[in-house]
Amino acid sequence: METLVYKRPESLLKDGHFTFCPGCGHGVVLRMIAELIDEFNIQKDTIAISSVGCSIFLEKFFNLDVAGASHGRSPCVATGVKRCKPDKFVFTYQGDGDAATIGFNETIHTASRGEHITTIMINNTNFGMTGGQASATTLVGQVTTTTPMGRKPELTGYPLHAAEIVSKCDGTAYCARVAITTPAQIRKAKAALKKAFEVQLNGLGYGFVEVLAACPTNWHMTPVDSLNHIENVIEKVHPLGVFKDITGEQ
Amino acid sequence: MDMSVIVAGFGGQGALLAGIILCHAAVIEGKKTTWIPSYGAEMRGGAVNCAVNISDDEIGSPVIDKADFVIAMNDVSQIKFEDKVKNGGCMIINSSLSNIKPNRKDINYIEIPLNELAHKLTQPAFVNVIALGAFIEKTKVLKMESVISAMTEMAKTLSEKKRKLLPNNIESLKFGASFIKNPLPVS
Amino acid sequence: MAKVLVKGNEAIAQAAINAGCQCYFGYPITPQSEIGEYMGAHLPKMGRVFVTAESELASINMVIGAGTTGAKAMTSSSSCGIALMQESISAMCCAEVPGVIVSVMRGGPGLGNIAPAQADYFQALKGGGNGDYKTLVLSPSTVQEAIDLTYRAFYLALKYRNPVMLLADGILGQMMEPAEFGEYPYEDPDVSTWALDGANNREPRNIVSLHMPEGAMEERTNRLFEKYQAMQENETTYEDFMLKDAKLVITAFGTVGRVAKTAIKKAREAGMKVGLFRPITLFPFPDKALHDVAENADLILDLELNKGQMLLDVRSAVFGACPVEFYGRTAGGLLTPDSIYEKICELYKKIDNKIEAGVN
Repeated sequence: METLVYKRPESLLKDGHFTFCPGCGHGVVLRMIAELIDEFNIQKDTIAISSVGCSIFLEKFFNLDVAGASHGRSPCVATGVKRCKPDKFVFTYQGDGDAATIGFNETIHTASRGEHITTIMINNTNFGMTGGQASATTLVGQVTTTTPMGRKPELTGYPLHAAEIVSKCDGTAYCARVAITTPAQIRKAKAALKKAFEVQLNGLGYGFVEVLAACPTNWHMTPVDSLNHIENVIEKVHPLGVFKDITGEQ
Repeated sequence: MDMSVIVAGFGGQGALLAGIILCHAAVIEGKKTTWIPSYGAEMRGGAVNCAVNISDDEIGSPVIDKADFVIAMNDVSQIKFEDKVKNGGCMIINSSLSNIKPNRKDINYIEIPLNELAHKLTQPAFVNVIALGAFIEKTKVLKMESVISAMTEMAKTLSEKKRKLLPNNIESLKFGASFIKNPLPVS
Repeated sequence: MAKVLVKGNEAIAQAAINAGCQCYFGYPITPQSEIGEYMGAHLPKMGRVFVTAESELASINMVIGAGTTGAKAMTSSSSCGIALMQESISAMCCAEVPGVIVSVMRGGPGLGNIAPAQADYFQALKGGGNGDYKTLVLSPSTVQEAIDLTYRAFYLALKYRNPVMLLADGILGQMMEPAEFGEYPYEDPDVSTWALDGANNREPRNIVSLHMPEGAMEERTNRLFEKYQAMQENETTYEDFMLKDAKLVITAFGTVGRVAKTAIKKAREAGMKVGLFRPITLFPFPDKALHDVAENADLILDLELNKGQMLLDVRSAVFGACPVEFYGRTAGGLLTPDSIYEKICELYKKIDNKIEAGVN
């Protein structure tokens, strides 16, 4: 007989409560990160780098040391931390407005330098915190507060495919895009995150995981419709998959 | 004692290095000294120069407005810096690379065929160091031994290949000085 | 230790190494590229960190990352490159991240040119970054002072957990003169009480610049300003050159100060009572000392390689104690000992005439 016991990860603060909107993907991913830090038993050796957006308040949730970065620069802050403390586990937690838009130059240079850090990029195809404006990853036709008629390529170009581009950088050791729409997908997502942790812990290079996540508030959808939207629409544009894995395991 | 000198030429003639040697020699004699080069994009066009001050007192401006002495190792430098020489100052002209007649009556000119002189010496010989030898002999601002010591010290930090050229440098320096004492007819 | 002939930029780099700089992050720009080149040649061999960043935005944020671990970190740049760093310098002040920024000024505005200038006084002192904050700014006028102030910059950065800027210009960066590398003279404060190294048997720490709860940001800013007040009381330095009986006082910072000295000596030989007040810390600005000097002077002449930037701080410090005149050139135009001397003669006549006419 199996006994399943819910246990709050040690790496989450005891009195920290997620303050995200109903149906938002951030909470699921943050919990998975905390679980993995517990599983690898690296809580005492982890420094988390927050970014700007809904991803910012890491110190409110994590029982971890946290350094803050300004818009798009968390891979640089992470580089500075990791180079000074090479024995620490260092990860950045960013959104698409941060990692793929204002900070994409930093993202691809950090990948190209092969920094031994891990980036988790939540892609909800808009600027969540500032009220749902279009980001680099916004789909063609997507209605946002800055593309009220839908994103028109002739005006604002095409969606940027972050994971695919990061996978082309020589210093990238592991790169995947995952979703968290179903329990099965969540398990796959956690396996990908684990891999992105491992490539850092084993000194192999840069780990990058892009997580497609729902933003029901700014998408003006129910949480359930949001998950369906990811599966039926967003995954067609930003397909799931492992784009690079130098360990050769799948 | 105050001496301000500008060394100028095209890239590869060693204008900057000649200035640095002078500075090192000044340090050896315990004098105050500054060196400042033309830098950045200015260098890419091929014309380089540096300004050297040597003094017993603290030096205010490293940049030279009007120089006591200008060593112009090509015609472009001669044109550019002729007006920078102080009234009563002196300018070395490289007659090997310049046919331009001196313009000013209020300064002294020393015409030296630097490149022809270099050909008379053990190869490779160095026009910048020949000019430096002439400058030291003419001004006596520093002792010749100090300049040789400076070059010897600087050579220690160089690769073996370059270090081997120290005797050639010393020969060039002395030859420049001897030209001032006894100008040779150059065929 | 004997004096060695050393270029300003390389002197700063070597002094940083002597000061225990563990990491350098930078992006090349004239006229300070030798700093990065020197660091690139030396730090890796010593097992320390050197990274050529993708931009100045990146390099200052790498400094932040290193700074949060308590490491001594440095970047260097010039004018437009320093402009890109402003957001993060503000963030460093807010989050209390130590770090050393070397700014070797060139001509501006815009890409300007690569000639020496001092037109980034406002940039260094009056922000460009957002919010109420102060960067410690040190201004060397000789290669020797560049070495000494680089040491001091690393010490002050850790002491106050604040960014410290060494503000030099293209002349100082590019020139060589004899200087001495003494040993790093400071005892560094303990960083273990705040640095990030993993929450091992202690509460987790955070070093961030966003403080949203009501009142939190004002409270933090007030605390930061108490720190700036302490800097003002403890760290203000300036050079007094022949000020004792000076009727005409020249104010100048950086290399202009040394150029002015030549003119002042000449003026003294001609019987004019002229002196130099040279702020070494630009923030904290030596305003009390300058005010005292102004009370005993007939005229202040502010000299700068810009259109009048420190002038505002000079006027504010003098606060009407005596008239303030300005003479400056910019974007590669230089003040020479002769041109300063002429200006001194012109203004000194005015002072003499006043005294003769019984005005004063």
